[in-house]
Amino acid sequence: MKCTLHFSYISSPGSHLISVFLLVDHLQSDLKDLIIKNTNMKLDTTGLETAAPVWGSHSELVDGFSAAPSFELPITTDFDGFQKEAVQMVKPAKGTTTLAFIFKEGVMVAADSRASMGGYISSQSVKKIIEINPYMLGTMAGGAADCQFWHRNLGIKCRLHELANKRRISVTGASKLLANILYSYRGMGLSVGTMIAGWDETGPGLYYVDSEGGRLKGMRFSVGSGSPYAYGVLDNGYRYDMSVEEAAELARRAIYHATFRDGASGGVASVYYVGPNGWKKLSGDDVGELHYKYYPVMPSTVEQEMVEVAGA
Amino acid sequence: MARYDRAITVFSPDGHLFQVEYALEAVRKGNAAVGVRGTDIVVLGVEKKSAAKLQDSRSVRKIVSLDDHVALACAGLKADARILINKARIECQSHRLTVEDPVTVEFITRYIAGLQQKYTQSGGVRPFGLSTLIVGFDPYTGVPSLYQTDPSGTFSAWKANATGRNSNSMREFLEKNYKETSGQETVKLAIRALLEVVESGGKNIEVAVMTKEDGLRQLEEAEIDAIVAEIEAEKAAAEAAKNAPAAPKET
Repeated sequence: MKCTLHFSYISSPGSHLISVFLLVDHLQSDLKDLIIKNTNMKLDTTGLETAAPVWGSHSELVDGFSAAPSFELPITTDFDGFQKEAVQMVKPAKGTTTLAFIFKEGVMVAADSRASMGGYISSQSVKKIIEINPYMLGTMAGGAADCQFWHRNLGIKCRLHELANKRRISVTGASKLLANILYSYRGMGLSVGTMIAGWDETGPGLYYVDSEGGRLKGMRFSVGSGSPYAYGVLDNGYRYDMSVEEAAELARRAIYHATFRDGASGGVASVYYVGPNGWKKLSGDDVGELHYKYYPVMPSTVEQEMVEVAGA
Repeated sequence: MARYDRAITVFSPDGHLFQVEYALEAVRKGNAAVGVRGTDIVVLGVEKKSAAKLQDSRSVRKIVSLDDHVALACAGLKADARILINKARIECQSHRLTVEDPVTVEFITRYIAGLQQKYTQSGGVRPFGLSTLIVGFDPYTGVPSLYQTDPSGTFSAWKANATGRNSNSMREFLEKNYKETSGQETVKLAIRALLEVVESGGKNIEVAVMTKEDGLRQLEEAEIDAIVAEIEAEKAAAEAAKNAPAAPKET
């Protein structure tokens, strides 16, 4: 086995530091250890790691893209089955109702606030509308931790983009960043069904992004287990030229009706408005109170009344 | 001093990175290149060394486009330029893919300058031996820009600049004669600057113009000749005007 050792030392005048760089060709690691043990010096190999791009290790095309995240895979005999099980276990039914729509004046975003674990209501006061930055909102459906963390991360990326480019990121760009991140984690069990709503140079923007890696541009979206009910009310009452108050009322009603019929949705119906000056929270009404507001209790005539019968 | 110019990563005692300075020397030996920014147009001009008879001149384009709205001209090592241009073109497309928007001129300049800087701070590599002139229009605001980068990795925006051979005389000329121009006037200014240091004639200069609507357009030799002729006529007229007032005094 051929091996050649090259020694070179660089000393700077006036100092006593000497670094020795050792280049070893074609050596197996045990032999290298043997040599290192026998030469009684501590070899400093930090100089061998260059900051320059490693030549030939990846093609020109990949240069522009950062590597996808990865972690060590578990050791199983049936990895595909294991992956399926993991996804099934983590995939909650996205028990929630969120909706957003674009109209003449901007974007309206609304959501409920119930968190459920199976049949147990774990919280009635979850903030499902996440403030990414003063002019962009994200909604939460699916895993709460996943949504919160990745929205926060998106907020960081948006701010860095602003600082580097001296202009705000567009809603298109922000949703694309999030979608690319979620795509790179595809199949690893993230559960995120979110809408990115905002106002940028081109006007109002609304995108739906999910953990399967899908990204859709649209005018009206509703996400969650209560979405069919919300769509019913939303699609029926939607007009492009509504005022802000009308749009807010439509959004509120849609959330209310979804919470009425869907067990996994409830709590407080929050409504946010995104306009040219950023977002503003319009209202947060308890859906129980909304119920009695929309369907107040009317005194009705009693048809049959039970009375005490005098001793028989 | 000799032992401080061998490896790129070593500073000399008086704070110089000699490899970077030698790279700047390589730039000074390269072709002259000039860039001028107008109000609605940007112009790049490059000195063309007389082509060998058998060489296909179309394969040695010195002014290239990085994207529909950004173009680049450079002075220095042309092989290094090819690598830098390829990486920049990929970055332009990658940006379009990740944020669904075209790059701004400042962004791609920053990227190219960053690449050039990376190679001044790594072991075993040498800096890119070229300075670039990057022109383009902002995709949203339509504002034209001209930037210059150099082997050290610094970049800045300019109204007009020159690099390569005799760049100092060209820059002096531009400083004396620059004013806000548009359209054909900008082209003429760029060519006049180049003619200060290059033999006159359409065969010896390559000029490209970029407008917001039409993108990059390389000027034909005939067009360049026509403009050169105009410039010479103007120069002659100016000379005549200078000499003429003297005449009445003589009588």
